Amino acid sequence: MSNDEQSQSTFTLDGRRIPFTPGQTIMDAALAAGVYIPHLCHKPGYAPHGSCRVCVVRADGRELSACTAPAAADMSVESEVPDIRALRVAVLQMLFAEGNHVCPACEASGNCTLQAVAYHCGMLTPRFPQRFPRRAVDASHPDVILDHNRCILCELCVRASRDHDGKAVFAVSGRGIGSRLIVDAPSGRLGDTDFSAEDAAAHVCPVGAILPRDEAFRTPIGRRRFDVAPVSRVGDVAPDPDAEAPVPDTATEVMV
Amino acid sequence: MNARTESAAGSKVRVATASLAGCFGCHMSLLDIDERILELVELVEFDRTPLTDTKTFGPCDLGLVEGGVANAENVAVLRELRAKCRTLVAVGACAVTGGIPAMRNSVPLAECLDEAFVHGMGLANPGVPDDPELPLLLSQVHPIHEVVRVDYFLPGCPPSADAIWSLLTAVLEERPLHLPLQQLHYD
Repeated sequence: MSNDEQSQSTFTLDGRRIPFTPGQTIMDAALAAGVYIPHLCHKPGYAPHGSCRVCVVRADGRELSACTAPAAADMSVESEVPDIRALRVAVLQMLFAEGNHVCPACEASGNCTLQAVAYHCGMLTPRFPQRFPRRAVDASHPDVILDHNRCILCELCVRASRDHDGKAVFAVSGRGIGSRLIVDAPSGRLGDTDFSAEDAAAHVCPVGAILPRDEAFRTPIGRRRFDVAPVSRVGDVAPDPDAEAPVPDTATEVMV
Repeated sequence: MNARTESAAGSKVRVATASLAGCFGCHMSLLDIDERILELVELVEFDRTPLTDTKTFGPCDLGLVEGGVANAENVAVLRELRAKCRTLVAVGACAVTGGIPAMRNSVPLAECLDEAFVHGMGLANPGVPDDPELPLLLSQVHPIHEVVRVDYFLPGCPPSADAIWSLLTAVLEERPLHLPLQQLHYD
């Protein structure tokens, strides 16, 4: 180990030493070290949001969202331990029960981060009573479909449109269970905004809520990103997940 | 495989299965365990199931339920199955979440019936069927755990034969179900 590395601050994540720079979050430090912490509303390059709570960890005895909590020297962080995993499964179960997530009928199935994270966490059932909300599908845009049934309100599209595209097409309106994604047009229709399929916001959705048209089954079910390798390996934990095509994962990774 | 005639020894696990609001895909997947079915019949004997065409349930060790709860008959069958089975399993996306049939929940039932039987395209004798033998539809389709207590959940549309084998092994060994990542699918 070089002197530089020795002098760098570290914390432990499930017993493993993770280096960090001052101001870096637990999540960013872990991702930089190639260690996966499950997450949905977080994405490298985007402002932390801390809303989905899937990245919950226990840091020095306190449950925190890893994407917003700054790393501290010699902090002890627990992530893949039974009770934290159970918290994550409960958060995921609430997300699945709240919307209409019909994986067998969803063209995002296999490319869906919500689904892949739930696989990683070993969720077998949404368990809670299904809400079956009645939500609209906005098919007014020529290149992109907006399906509110699948929206988990992670606000990645809000951040992408505002911070990367300079458009602010999306926002979240309402409070609590009445919260919903809205678009910047008097008609409330995506087709009446300046949204484009070239926008970053068109490609950032972790579920199947913002779907570019004409791509539905270009890659068949069973050969999609998270069909062939777990999110912990091909999610945004990888430096550039699109740099190389994933190869089928023949190892059977046992959930515990 | 006829349960009623082989049950004397009592050493085999009695299994009942039912398809509620499902497509029988999960039952097909069960049969898809290939030659392991020979191993399985050494371990289990079937009670009422679409595979035996037996009409009534006896006391069972294990009940496998495919499909969600869409009508009054589904409720009755499910409750009887729960009462007769020591262990009950929700098999497949429809039993676990309501699945494809539950997509009608976004449309009021009266509108569904109207579209299907009254004002839909190409109807010869329009009118909602009201034969007393037809079970009444529930206003919404529900996953089975909203109606009865469920001991195991096996997601998938359908669960693969390997996943079903993992489930049966877990149930027979009376331990929690842990699926390898390759067997865990919601689609």
